[in-house]
Amino acid sequence: MEVIKIKGTDDTPNVILDAESNIIEFSGRSLPEDVVTFYAPVIQWIEEYAKSPNPKTEVIFRLEYFNTASSKILLDILLKFEDILNEGHEVLIQWYFQEDDEDMEEAGEEYSEIVDIPFEMHSY
Amino acid sequence: MENVDYMKLIYDFHKEMLNNKFTLVYEGEITHQITKAFTSLAENKMDSYSEDASMKKKVFHVMVECLQNLSKHAEDNKGKINSGSAGNGIFIVGRLGDNDEDYHVLTGNSVENSKVDELRALLEKINQLDKSGLKELFKKQMREGSLSEKGGAGLGLIDIARKTGEKLEFNFIDVGDNHSFFLLRTKISRK
Repeated sequence: MEVIKIKGTDDTPNVILDAESNIIEFSGRSLPEDVVTFYAPVIQWIEEYAKSPNPKTEVIFRLEYFNTASSKILLDILLKFEDILNEGHEVLIQWYFQEDDEDMEEAGEEYSEIVDIPFEMHSY
Repeated sequence: MENVDYMKLIYDFHKEMLNNKFTLVYEGEITHQITKAFTSLAENKMDSYSEDASMKKKVFHVMVECLQNLSKHAEDNKGKINSGSAGNGIFIVGRLGDNDEDYHVLTGNSVENSKVDELRALLEKINQLDKSGLKELFKKQMREGSLSEKGGAGLGLIDIARKTGEKLEFNFIDVGDNHSFFLLRTKISRK
């Protein structure tokens, strides 16, 4: 499967989508000018990945900041992984937040309440 | 003489800005580039006097959401109306409090009268909710709302209220031509 590596900027996140190495990771800041266009290839990749996912999928979120438009897309992404879990595959979300960043911690908790995927919360 | 009056106006404007403790005033089209420029300007400025991290983050966040609201709305209006303010907005950041310890962000933009009731209802609803009510509304809107073409998710105002813990102050001024000028003021207090 195609590997997607997007280098982050001050308003777009680092994204790694690599099925072979089993690395799916989002980090940095997300407030792109056009969230729909930015995340379209990501959503497309996940849909492709869902057809034959690895036995265990771990998704790493290590975001410093995201705007509300991104928060909606992140939920869409999580729901795609929920579909994979519902198909009988193992999925785990690793949610990282800076030690004093209550907003990011709370955001992770909220997502874990909305989607039926196990979350592991990590402060750093 | 006209020139002298005009120069006086600039001086008065400068004084008004200082009196009101406005640190940033912008009127015009809000683009993504402008959003980036203003937020980094504010970040650098706050760094220069070692503003604490949580205040910095709140101010940054409110600025981003307010500016994105303006820029999305501006696109909605483009080419549709001829009233001078179409596609534009005013954006102000200022200091508050006896020791300038707090901030506020003010925005103003023209909206169609047909949209006023819905917007007012949302603002009133947000202002009635407490912390947990806002959290539930945000989650509901995330689940049920869909992203508009412009990438708006209807989440910005709810999130501003959540992150600041303050009521949203707003007003609509009828400007004729089926439009109102929507003013929004968000306080960011040190609590």
